[in-house]
Amino acid sequence: MASVTMTVNGKSVSGEVEGRTLMSDFLRNDLRLTGTHVGCDTSQCGACVIHVNGEAVKACTMFAVEADGADVATIEGQANADGSLNVIQQAFQDHHGLQCGFCTPGMVMSAAALLKENPTPTEREVREYLEGNICRCTGYHNIVKAIMAASGQDVSAIAAE
Amino acid sequence: MYAFDIERPSTIADAVKALKEEDAQALGGGQTLIPTLKQRLAMPSALVSLTGIGEMKGVCLADDGAVCIGGATNHATVAKEAAAHYPGLAGLAANIGDPAVRNRGTIGGSLANNDPSACYPAAALGSGATIITNAREIAADDYFQGMFETALEDGEVITEVRFPVPEKAHYQKFVQPASRFALVGVFVAKYADGVRVAVTGASENGVFRWSEAEAALSADFSAAALDGLTVPADEMIADLHGSPDYRAHLVKVMTGRAVTAAA
Repeated sequence: MASVTMTVNGKSVSGEVEGRTLMSDFLRNDLRLTGTHVGCDTSQCGACVIHVNGEAVKACTMFAVEADGADVATIEGQANADGSLNVIQQAFQDHHGLQCGFCTPGMVMSAAALLKENPTPTEREVREYLEGNICRCTGYHNIVKAIMAASGQDVSAIAAE
Repeated sequence: MYAFDIERPSTIADAVKALKEEDAQALGGGQTLIPTLKQRLAMPSALVSLTGIGEMKGVCLADDGAVCIGGATNHATVAKEAAAHYPGLAGLAANIGDPAVRNRGTIGGSLANNDPSACYPAAALGSGATIITNAREIAADDYFQGMFETALEDGEVITEVRFPVPEKAHYQKFVQPASRFALVGVFVAKYADGVRVAVTGASENGVFRWSEAEAALSADFSAAALDGLTVPADEMIADLHGSPDYRAHLVKVMTGRAVTAAA
């Protein structure tokens, strides 16, 4: 077992983990932050995307010990301080960017990483950025629309196919 | 997952020492190795993570103008920091996997694994790069030795990769959309002393140089120079995504596109 200490959503946390403990398991089982979803556990689906030191990564494909000392952000830390939805989350609600909601934590975390890097992406750039996030309900159109809207762009011209 | 020990050294020397333990395995960004461990296709008893080694990260320029990339540098960093110096290489890095994979996966990990459909082997072979390890320097032409086979000895760590910068270069990848690996990828680089063409995703022997195309393109750097050439389908990969004939055809098409995009 190894001791790890990291900052998760602004709070310092510590834990004892095995070498094999995945970051997704540490978040979900040890910290009880179950908003980070594990869809495939094979690095395909992106439901477990979190930010480690500001960069989007798949929590199922890194070990918890590798995040020792890191600044970690998960979906639980995305809402505004008063508990209301942040701009991206609100846009997902407004534009029906989710149905079952399973992929949504990863989608929101990927969207946040994209908009930090590229505040006004084109529709194509949004679609390319979501290559590692799989949604089996929506067909992506409304997710793309929500992210475009969250970036402050006019989405009235994007077809609701 | 099965139980193993994991170490996270902060220097190359400590990593090399840890890798001397029997059955120890280096862990780069883990984007291939961790899924492999989950399936128990590999079961090392100890992992040595290279992600905490600062001296193995980053992009710099050597005195001779070559672009030097630390072995533990992730793809996203190469895409950003090599863009001004070697856009063909940065463009390749920017299209590996997906954004989250690019934030973890490393150049050293990709080259050490030498997946027959990975992108970086095409860049290294197509650029005539030098793979620098803790022990020696290996020319790309000597480094790649077949599917998942390299010149690396047990416990040897890729600390840096040095790319001579060509006059023009481009990488064209026909993406296998589920895996985001190359169904076929071709890296074309035009140097003062000739053109290099490296093909990934196609051959059962891993990345290879298409020497007929190199000769034709060295005489005339245009897609039309490839017109009379054919790529034999012998020893091309056959899977549900493409037959050997299909891949052989794609090699020529993607080479032509790479030349046109580079020119």
